[in-house]
Amino acid sequence: MQSDLVLRVIGKILIPFILLFAVYVQFHGDFGPGGGFQAGVIFATGIIFYALIFGLHKARTVIPDNVVEAMLAGGVLLYAGFGIAGFLLGGNYLDYFVLSKDPIHGQHRGIFWVELGVAITVCGVMLKIYYMFASRGNSEEQH
Amino acid sequence: MVLAVLVIARTRNLFSVIVLTGVYSFLMATVLVALDAVDVAMTEAAVGAGVSTVLLLGALHLCKAEEAKPAHRPWIPLALSMATALLLIYGSLGLPEFSDPDAPIHQHVTPRYLKNEIEVPNVVTAVLASFRSYDTLGETTVVFTAGAGIIALLRRRKTPKNERDKHAE
Repeated sequence: MQSDLVLRVIGKILIPFILLFAVYVQFHGDFGPGGGFQAGVIFATGIIFYALIFGLHKARTVIPDNVVEAMLAGGVLLYAGFGIAGFLLGGNYLDYFVLSKDPIHGQHRGIFWVELGVAITVCGVMLKIYYMFASRGNSEEQH
Repeated sequence: MVLAVLVIARTRNLFSVIVLTGVYSFLMATVLVALDAVDVAMTEAAVGAGVSTVLLLGALHLCKAEEAKPAHRPWIPLALSMATALLLIYGSLGLPEFSDPDAPIHQHVTPRYLKNEIEVPNVVTAVLASFRSYDTLGETTVVFTAGAGIIALLRRRKTPKNERDKHAE
């Protein structure tokens, strides 16, 4: 697929918008449809699209394996850590009201970070699964 | 959608099966938009039609593209799934009317969620990330476990092969 001119041009035009849309879905999740899970999947789709057109090794230089694995665990840790932050500030686990002086603002802040954690984990898992399957196929072809 | 499912059940070529499941997912996403569940529709379109199609194609790359002939007649599984379907349809007859405001599910905690006391305009986000934060933490952990499981399963086979290559050299 790497020699297909139409795909390369369309991909180059579309991928920035896919990634931008993922970020929009992430940060606009409070107001419109969407949220962490959808944003993570859409972001991963953009990267997978890139890998399909330009080759897996190029995608692996954009987002290396160790970054993907760090994303995998980092998202969950961010989420759980935010729960503990509520704990330390004198509330219950995952209590957002204490995160800011204004309780409503604290809720918004909590939702923002928690959704970010979900997005990071989901994106990392999707990319990892794709990398795993795709690289297995390549290694077997060579043998 | 019925047509897509029937063709999926009949055809033996796995490539067309995968493409048809993608089509089915897109149709499902439009149904969900019609039901006003835009969040779920987005997930269905992105995961069902997008990522899982790519992953299944990647898996297909590793095995044969034609499904083997079944070893026995599928009458017993067919009868079983038909019976389950009839049971479910019979059960759905007892559900309250669609979008009935007096249904029990709209009487319990939903009014409090919809009062929007934390001022997040998207109620789905509010419920997921704030009211039911524990659930979402659990879900994120499940997704993480899936990724970790994939790593554990697929990476182990890679190492012995490399070692074998080293020994061969």
